[in-house]
Amino acid sequence: MALEDFVDLKLDHHTKDGIEIVDVEGEIDVYTAPRLRELLIDLVNNGFYQLVVNMEKVEFLDSTGLGVLVGGLKRVRAHDGSLDLVCTQERILKIFRITGLTKVFGIHDTVDEAIAARKSEK
Amino acid sequence: MATVELSFTPLPAHVRTARLVAAAVARRSGVDESLLEEVRLVVGEACSRAVEEHQLHCPTEPVRLALTEEAGRFEVEVTDTSARPAGTGPAVSGGFGIAVIAGLADDVQISETAAGTSIRMSWPSAVTAS
Repeated sequence: MALEDFVDLKLDHHTKDGIEIVDVEGEIDVYTAPRLRELLIDLVNNGFYQLVVNMEKVEFLDSTGLGVLVGGLKRVRAHDGSLDLVCTQERILKIFRITGLTKVFGIHDTVDEAIAARKSEK
Repeated sequence: MATVELSFTPLPAHVRTARLVAAAVARRSGVDESLLEEVRLVVGEACSRAVEEHQLHCPTEPVRLALTEEAGRFEVEVTDTSARPAGTGPAVSGGFGIAVIAGLADDVQISETAAGTSIRMSWPSAVTAS
């Protein structure tokens, strides 16, 4: 069925200044979140412990997605790593705010800002 | 007074459909554009929770979603029929999902019975009386 072919979640990643940038596009919900979880686990298993998840192209995020991000954070922290977010969209930020997760994640306006913040902490 | 009802197999893939239907009916009922995003998110959370419950307790039973516009309120009811074994604790406990529902829905009522759980949420709608 053609309707099934829409892009629900697109994931990509690349290394920049020694930090792995994960680009997320589309909808992160109960159906698609397992794919993001798998990617984060994969990256950690391959030795990437400094992650920045770029959420600028995320159209929808629910609590399952939040759970996956928190799980990712837990995993990288077990290796003294970090998981920062890039997000300026008010509707997405609101979800982090009402669940208290703005205190848990470093949330930045741009990927470069997230990298700079991480580098200055070292 | 249009009521739209949707029942779907408890699979995560259908939660998106439920969200889209809820947002479309909310818009049609005159819910303010600024609230549609919340409706979409909160209905998704309630349906995700119901899908999870059904997968655990009654994977062949459908999850039900009812959307009603009445007296200036747009009401959404998500019903799961997962008859939980006694002593397994409340069906609606903590977690981000409930935090999102409580934080965003204008009005929430959760009723738990032996037959399952129903989450009722409503938002102001502004359909001009005709």
